[in-house]
Order: sequence, then C-alpha cells, then structure tokens
Amino acid sequence: MTFSILLLVIAVLFVIAYVSGARRARSLVTPGVTLNSLPGHYGSLVALWTCLPPLLLMLCWGVLETPVIDRLLAAQLPAEVQAEGGNRISLALSKVRNLAGGANVQADPELAPVVLHLKDLQSRNSMLSTTLVLALALAGFGFGLRRLAPALRARNEVESIVKVLLFCSSGVAVLTTVGILSSVLYEAWMFFGRVPVFDFLFGTTWSPQVALRADQSGSSGSFGAVPLFAGTLMISMIAMFIAVPIGLMSAIYLSEYATPRVRSYAKPALEVLAGIPTVVYGFFAALTVAPILKSLGADIGLEVSSESALAAGLVMGVMIIPFVSSLSDDVINAVPQALRDGSYGLGATQSETIRQVVIPAALPGIVGAVMLAVSRAIGETMIVAMAAGLAANLTANPLDSVTTVTVQIVTLLVGDQEFDSSKTLAAFALGLVLFLVTLILNYVALKVVQKYREQYD
Amino acid sequence: MTDQLTTTRSKVEQGMARRRRAEGRFRLYGVLSVGFGLLCLVVLFGNILSQGSSAFRQTVLQAEILLDQEYLGLNNQSPVNELRNGNYEGLIKQYLRNTAEVSSRSERRALYGLVSVGAHWQLQDAVLANPDLLGSTLSIELIMDDNVDQWFKHERDEGGAGRLNELQLGWLEQWVAEGRLKSRFSTTFFTNGDSREPELAGVHGAIMGTLLTLMVTFLLSFPIGVAAAIYLEEFAPKNRITEIVEININNLAAVPSITFGLLGLAIFINIFGVSRSTPLIGGLVLTLMTLPTIIISGRAAIKSVPPSIREAAFGLGASKMQVVFHHVLPLAMPGMLTGTIIGMAQALGETAPLLMIGMIAFVVDVPGFITDPSTVLPVQIFLWSDSPEQAFTERTSGAIIVLLTFLIMMNTVAVWLRRRLERRW
Repeated sequence: MTFSILLLVIAVLFVIAYVSGARRARSLVTPGVTLNSLPGHYGSLVALWTCLPPLLLMLCWGVLETPVIDRLLAAQLPAEVQAEGGNRISLALSKVRNLAGGANVQADPELAPVVLHLKDLQSRNSMLSTTLVLALALAGFGFGLRRLAPALRARNEVESIVKVLLFCSSGVAVLTTVGILSSVLYEAWMFFGRVPVFDFLFGTTWSPQVALRADQSGSSGSFGAVPLFAGTLMISMIAMFIAVPIGLMSAIYLSEYATPRVRSYAKPALEVLAGIPTVVYGFFAALTVAPILKSLGADIGLEVSSESALAAGLVMGVMIIPFVSSLSDDVINAVPQALRDGSYGLGATQSETIRQVVIPAALPGIVGAVMLAVSRAIGETMIVAMAAGLAANLTANPLDSVTTVTVQIVTLLVGDQEFDSSKTLAAFALGLVLFLVTLILNYVALKVVQKYREQYD
Repeated sequence: MTDQLTTTRSKVEQGMARRRRAEGRFRLYGVLSVGFGLLCLVVLFGNILSQGSSAFRQTVLQAEILLDQEYLGLNNQSPVNELRNGNYEGLIKQYLRNTAEVSSRSERRALYGLVSVGAHWQLQDAVLANPDLLGSTLSIELIMDDNVDQWFKHERDEGGAGRLNELQLGWLEQWVAEGRLKSRFSTTFFTNGDSREPELAGVHGAIMGTLLTLMVTFLLSFPIGVAAAIYLEEFAPKNRITEIVEININNLAAVPSITFGLLGLAIFINIFGVSRSTPLIGGLVLTLMTLPTIIISGRAAIKSVPPSIREAAFGLGASKMQVVFHHVLPLAMPGMLTGTIIGMAQALGETAPLLMIGMIAFVVDVPGFITDPSTVLPVQIFLWSDSPEQAFTERTSGAIIVLLTFLIMMNTVAVWLRRRLERRW
C-alpha cells in the first residue's frame, strides 16, 4: 500500500512542478527578454526532473529489494540450514516470510531471530526507500526550478527526454523476447545438465515422477519427449484436417461467390469463433464433444477413450477455422482481378478460374496462413489441457488418449514446485522446444506472406 | 476449317454439363463450409446457454425462523464477535425438526442435509446487519443443498430422484405443495467468492480479480503500446535495429501464450520476487502478451493519418513532437483505442499463462487490491470444469455466460468506437 501512496504523492508533485515551473517561466519574462520556449515546456521540464528520477529509483528498488533481503537473511539462518544449501534455504526463507507476515504457521524457535531481523529489515527498507524517493523528487524539483532561464532551450530538452521514453517503450517488446529466451534457455540448460539432450529429444518414455526418497523404487523419472511430440502432432493434424479445408472453402466462398450482403454478415459471425476464449472450447470439448464421441464409438463397437485426441483435435479445428479463413481471405483478395478476367476470357467457369488460376496464384500466401495456423495449434493449451489426457501414450490411434507438450508444461508447473527439481526444469525444456518451433514457423510464414504481397503490389 | 470449329464447339458443348455440375458442387462446398462454421457457433452458444441458464436460478426454502434470544444466548446489546459466534446452525436444525417429522438419527441427518451447509451464514448476516431482529421471527429464504437444487431444476420434471432418497423426496414434495420450496434468481452466484459447495460458489471473486488484473494490464500496456507505436512509426530511423524490433513484435504476436507464463514464472516470480496469484503478476504477464496487438494496431492507426495533416502542422512551425502529439495522435486515437480494447478482450479470455503464475489457487475471499491473492474468470471456469459435481458443470456454464457477456460488451464498444470516431480520409 505504501507503494501506491508514494505513486500518488509523485503524481501530485508532478502537477505542482508543472504549474510552478510554468509560472516561474512566465515571471522571467521582462521587457526585452523573451522565453526560448513556451511556458508549458518549462513546466514540463521541471515536472520531468521531479518525477523521472524517483520513478526510476523505485523501479530499481523494487527489482532489487527481494534478492537483497534474501541474501541478508540467508546469512542469518542457522548454520545447518546454510550448509544444506539451495532448496532448504529457500524453504526456510519462505517460512520466515510467512512468520513475519503473521501467517498461522507453527513458530520455530530457531528461526525466531531471523524473523525479527526480517521485520527490522522490512521496516528499515520501507523507511529508507520512501525517504530516498521523496528526497530525490524534491531535489529534482529544486534543480529543475533553478535551471530555468529565458535562454534555456526547454522545448528541445523536453522533446529529447520524451523521445528517449518512446524509444524505451518500444524496447519493452525486445526485452520480452530476450526475457522469454533467457529464462527458458537457462532452465533448459540446467535440465540438459541432468538429462542428456539426446534422451530428451528421442526417448520414448515420459514419466516425470522423480523419486521423493532415495530408497523409493520405480520412479527415477524418465524424460523422453517423443510421446509428447507425437501427441501434439496428432492433435494438430486432426485440427488441420478440419480447419484447412473448411477455412479455405469458406474464404473462397466469401471472397468469390458471396454477395456483399451475405459477406457482411457471415464474415464477422465466423470471426466470433476466433474471439471465444479457449477455455470455453476446452469445456465444450471435454463435456459435450467427448461424451458424444464415446457413445457414438460404443454404438459402432469402437472403444473411444473419454479423453480422446479426436475430441480435442476436432474442437481445436473449429477454433482455427476463422484463423485460416480470414488470413486466406486477405490473400485471395490480393490476387489481381486481371488474372481472373484473363481466365474468364479463355472460357473458364468461375470454379475453374478459382481452382486453376486464383488458388495457384495465392498459394504461397495460403501456405503461410496454414503455417501460422499450425503454430497456433501447437501452442494451444487450454483445449488440450481440458479435453486431452495426461497419459503419455505413444500411439497412432486418434481414439486413444494422448498428451501434448503444452499440457505437460501446465501439469508440471501448476501447484507447488521446487525450482531445481528435474520435473520443473523439464517444463522449461519443453517450453524451449515449443518456443523455437513456433518461432521458426511464424518467421518463415511471415516471410512467405511478405514475399507474396510484394509480388502483386 | 469450319469442320474443325464445329468439332471443337461440340466437344466444348459436350463438356458443358459436366463443368456446370462441377461449378455447382464447388459452390456447394463453399456454402457447406461457411454453414459448418456458423453451425458450430450456434451449437456452441446453444450448448452453453442451455446448460448455464439454470445457474442463475437457485432453489430456496421459505422459512419463518424465530431468532430465540435464549437459545442463542444473545441480545441486541451483544458485542459483534458474540453475534458472529451464535449457534445459528442449531436454530436452523431446530426449525427443520419442527417442520417435518423425524424419528431416528439417520432421518434427522437426511433432513439437515437438504439445506446448504452455508445457510446459517444467511441468519448470521441478517443478525449482524440488524441486531434488533433478535427475538422476532425472521422470514428468510434458506439456500438448499446442491442435490436438492439439481433435483428441483432438472430431475423433478422427469420424475427422477437425483441423489435424494424417498424420505427426503417426501419432505420436499410436501414443501413444494405448500409453496415454500421455490426457485428464485440466484444472487449468491454474483455476490459470493469461490466455495467447495456448489450452491454457495459464486463468481464475485473471479470478476473482481479479472477487473483488477485487466486494470493493471490496461494501465501498463496502453501507454507503453501507444508510445512504442509512435516511436516506431514516427521517429525510428530506418535501420537494422528498427527492423529487428519490428520482426520481433510480429513474432511475439504469434508466440504461444503459455510461454509468457514461463517468462512470468522464471523472471517476475523467481528473480524479482513478485508474489504469486495476484492481479499484479497476472497483469504484468498479460501486458507483455497484449503489447504486440496494441503496437501493431496503433501503428496502423498512425499510418492512416494522411500526411497532409502533418505537413500543414509543420508549415505552421510546429516541431516534430508537437505535430505528433497535437495532431497525429488525437486523430489516430480511435484506432488505437479499438486495438487496445481488442487486446484487452484477448487478455480477458486468456487462461494458460495465468495457470503458471499461480492464479489457479482456490481463493474464497474477494480481492480488493492488486496484491491480494485472487483468481480470474477463465481460470475459475477451468477450476470448476474439473469438479465432479453436476452442479459445478452448471456453474461453469454460468461463469462462461458471464465471461462471454463481458467479451461481447467489449467488442461492441470496439465496433461502436470504430464506426463512430474513425474517419475516412
């Protein structure tokens, strides 16, 4: 809460600084002396000086706070805890935090001094940060006001600061990618230190249960991801069998045959399908489609698992239809009319024109669209998490239950986890595979589509 | 020559019927595809609506309960904590024993099981709100157990018994005949947080969590997204770095959402120590996820502002920054807002990354601030859909209806904004 109050104070200071800066600038005007910039620019400059440094300080403080406190506390922990290292320390620290927060945890006499130390640190920390932030804000305010002079090029200064801020904003997207890559790479690297890359990529048994005790038998954990890749591939293929023909035919119908009126209703209606949250599809797949498939299978004497790949794949296909259709629609519309007219001139019917002229001309774009759709299907999580199973079967039967990369990431990471168990790290290794595959698919698809667009522009 | 023409012509004519049929077939495939898509939409909505509409109704028992001061050992002067600890459960049991004849112990248990285990909270709330009620007879609609609720809503019409026994059915039918057992609009569904008891579970906590999370997402992603769009469209030099940033943003828009969860877990939680299960961490992760959408639509909006506007402003002596902030940005704002709302709608429906950062926790309390533990609507749906009780399936569909209502509202606003404010040049 102190954080939000501090933010509020800074916001108020911002306004005060702006107003007083502008007023001061106006008072500088005397006959014969004119301001270099508008008074508002001077106000903005003072306001920026007042608010930017404390905000930056708060950001750094927030980032460093927890690690530093953890370091300080870890040094205070009982010697035997420290000797055990890693997990034990983080466990003890979280207990200390709970105790200090007044949570209902059984008190541990050994930890009592550390708890006191933490409380002390916390109060000193908030005191120190608040004082520093406010001092910096006031100092900035004073400094800004003192600098004001008629000759000060306030507009240029404000503009260059704003430009830097804009640049930093666009850097956030790059930082995100770097963040994803570095976190996934680092954890995956740790994982591959324990499990050889080859075993992971080509092993055929997946059972990530790691023994809790040393003497436990039969659960050493094996991390062969082939069943997951196979399951992901199967579900994605089922989805594509639905989505590609139906999506493509819808796009063709809507762009070539439909009257503008039909198009204006049908296109947005189809796109609603893309806007429905995936968790809704997952619910539909698990509670409606799967039971129907199961009873249909029973009627014709087939055994369908209640968590079949088919149910998940079918529903995922429906979800991807609008994705394929709207992308293909764009591509088909970009094919020049002259090509169609040429074909009609030679006596081809409309469907012949579409099949033999428009589609071949649009093919690169359509391929790109399908690749984007595949990457979407591979990365889709909720439908499979709800409708496909957890059992890592290596099977080619779509009526069986299979599991996917995304489902395993979710199951491994949901709930309590210690950060350096192979189980948790395995999820990051899977995440790395997923990220790389989708990245390559997306990159190639975007290149293909781009190239195609240039062809007709 | 003429001969050859006739043969060609007859060949073409011979083929015409086949070609026309092929044309018709092709067209039919198109109609069928579009039809299939629309059918799926109708089936999906119909399915959810038919399963979920009953979640908004609740079975209650109209009861007149004497708030016996002696039995409770309370009066209107008692301090709040005593009022809170009164034996309201016993009062309800007493009332039930008086209203139906029971002899054995098991019969009594069957009778008590008809009313929700949370029904005594209703009495407690009423007394806490107005201690003067003590001693008078309170007319109250007691919430029934989910088994009774399901039976009354569904099985009763088909003569089924649901999960109730003969004896219980006898009492219930009697109450129905007396007009005391009835169905009313379920307020608990909108005022309660999550619960293990289906009849007490509501979406209030999830809705608040969603609103707080979306607020964080909006406050972070809108300014950053707009600023990034402005920089990339107006200021960025055309060089390799800009190109990399652009490719990067396009790729991020298509990266699976689950990887953002991995990022949140590894960096925000493990390195920066942001606490799990809070709207704050949820909002941070969703911000990174929606930024590409906002930046891409923002750039499109800026691009659609005609250069003549810029040139006119330059001509009057405005600086580049003034041109952008005084002229281009206001004109591009509707398009940017539309893109932002679409991004927010995406964030609203997103589940997978939030599972990773602990928003899947069972949270009963309604969150009031961005650092309180909470869950969000889609995750609540995921949690409920896993529960075995039939009543939870109904609640899940109900929550989906709420979620879809929010989504439809947001998209309507986006469409309206686009129609209303966007200018064609």
